[in-house]
Amino acid sequence: MVAGKMSTPLARVRGLGAARSGTEQFWRQRLTAVANVPLIIAFVFIVVGLLGRNHAAVVQILGSPLVAVVMLLFILSITTHMRIGMQVIIEDYVHDETAKLALLMANTFFSVAVGLASAFAILMLSFKV
Amino acid sequence: MAETKAPVERPLSPHLFIYKPTLTMTMSIVHRVTGASLYFGTLLVAWWLIAAASSPNAYAGVGSFMGSLVGRVILFGYTWALMLHMLGGIRHLIWDTGRGFGPREREWLAVATVVGSISLTVVIWIVGYLFMGGSR
Repeated sequence: MVAGKMSTPLARVRGLGAARSGTEQFWRQRLTAVANVPLIIAFVFIVVGLLGRNHAAVVQILGSPLVAVVMLLFILSITTHMRIGMQVIIEDYVHDETAKLALLMANTFFSVAVGLASAFAILMLSFKV
Repeated sequence: MAETKAPVERPLSPHLFIYKPTLTMTMSIVHRVTGASLYFGTLLVAWWLIAAASSPNAYAGVGSFMGSLVGRVILFGYTWALMLHMLGGIRHLIWDTGRGFGPREREWLAVATVVGSISLTVVIWIVGYLFMGGSR
């Protein structure tokens, strides 16, 4: 590690430095990437299975416990993954401090809003069944 | 935090554009572009789910948009982006284990990502059309 002689023993043990964070996001991005693979495959199967069906059938299938849980996991995993991914893109290309902060906030707002709206819809479908 | 500012405009080191494009470089860029597209593509997923939860009318609205030519082109692009980013992600996970960096391996992996994503997209759409025909 780069923790030099100027840092306190505690800071050296923590190994976090000025960023005040470590490898959580790196790890979470890989964790959700692994989770995304089976969840995307399941999502594609669900969508293809719903093609051409009428609204009542779609509600019935999307609201069934197994499909709803898979969809909730899918939404949780992809929105977590995409928030970190977009954060990396913003940090790579936006160097103006104010714009960067604003975009990082917007990124979180967007990801959480999309995730929550989708999860809410899935729960609503479940309770309709 | 104090902002660090360069005192004078210094020439930047020559970056990406001095290199001849290679397959692996293109795939790296494509991975990022598809990731960003899928980010906004989640709006379609949310819209679809909310419409399904709202009313038959709202769901029919989504259906007519997705069924239109523009909708189908967007959905086809979404499918391809999803498959490309998924296979590209698996490639990254392989790299995370320290494997697949050799000149032949990385070229092979890049080609496999492209060919695999196109194949999967086509298969999904063929199955999708068969399903639609079957249940109507």
